[in-house]
Amino acid sequence: MTPAQRPLSPHLQIYRWQLTSVMSILHRATGIALTVGSVFLVWWLVAAASGGRAFAQAQWFFGSWLGLLMLLGWCFCFFYHLCNGIRHLAWDAGYGFELTTTYRSGYVVVAASTVLTMVAFVAGVLVRG
Amino acid sequence: MSDMRLRSPLGRALGLGSAKEGVGHWWAQRVSAIALVPLGVWFAASLISLAGADRAQFVIWLREPLPAILMILTLGAVFYHGALGVQVVVEDYAPSESTKLAGIVVTKLLALALAIAGIFAVLKIAFGA
Repeated sequence: MTPAQRPLSPHLQIYRWQLTSVMSILHRATGIALTVGSVFLVWWLVAAASGGRAFAQAQWFFGSWLGLLMLLGWCFCFFYHLCNGIRHLAWDAGYGFELTTTYRSGYVVVAASTVLTMVAFVAGVLVRG
Repeated sequence: MSDMRLRSPLGRALGLGSAKEGVGHWWAQRVSAIALVPLGVWFAASLISLAGADRAQFVIWLREPLPAILMILTLGAVFYHGALGVQVVVEDYAPSESTKLAGIVVTKLLALALAIAGIFAVLKIAFGA
C-alpha cells in the first residue's frame, strides 16, 4: 500500500500572513543569507592574506554596484537577525510572550533594523569618502 | 508517573527523548548567539571604519592583537552558529533521510573548512604576510 500524498506541516499556504509569522520566516531567511555572506568574508580575508592583486580584485567586487547591493542586503540581514535574535533570546528566557508584547517587540525590531541599516550604510559611504 | 517506571534507568539518565537527541543543539545555538551579539557589533563597526581602506591599511589594522583575536573569535562563532542554523533548515526541508544526512555532513565540513581558511588568513596577516 502506497502512503497517501498528504501535505506536510507547517502547511504555510493556508495561514493568513501576519507580522509574527513573516518575521519568523525572515529570521531564517536572513540567517541563510548571512551564512552565504560569511563565505564572502572568508574570500575577503584570504584575498588580503594572498597579496595586493587578490585583495584589489575583492575590493573591486565589493565596490561594484552588485557588490554594494549585496553589502546593503547583508547589512539589513545582519541588523535584522541581531535585533530579532535578541528578541528570541528574551523569549527563551521566558519574557514577552503576551500577544501585544510580541507585536510591539516585532515592530521595534523592524524599525531598529531598518534605522541601523541606513545609519551603518551611510556611515560606511561617508568613511569611504 | 507511569513514564518514569516504563523508561529504562539508562534512558532516564541519558534524557535524550524520542528524537534521540537532547538539548545540546539548542544550547549551542543560544550560547553562540549570545557570543555573536558583542562580536557582531564589533565586526560591523570595524567594517564601517575600514570602508575604502587599501590593503596596507587593512593589514596594519589586523596586525594588532585585539582585532586579530576578535576576528578569529568572530569567524569561529559565525561558522559554528551558521552550521547549527543551516543544519535545522536541512532537517526541516530535506526530502529523504539520505539527503538529510548528506546535507548535514556537507554543511558541517564546509563550515569547518571555511572557518579554518578564514582563521589561517587572519593569522598569516597577524604574523606578517
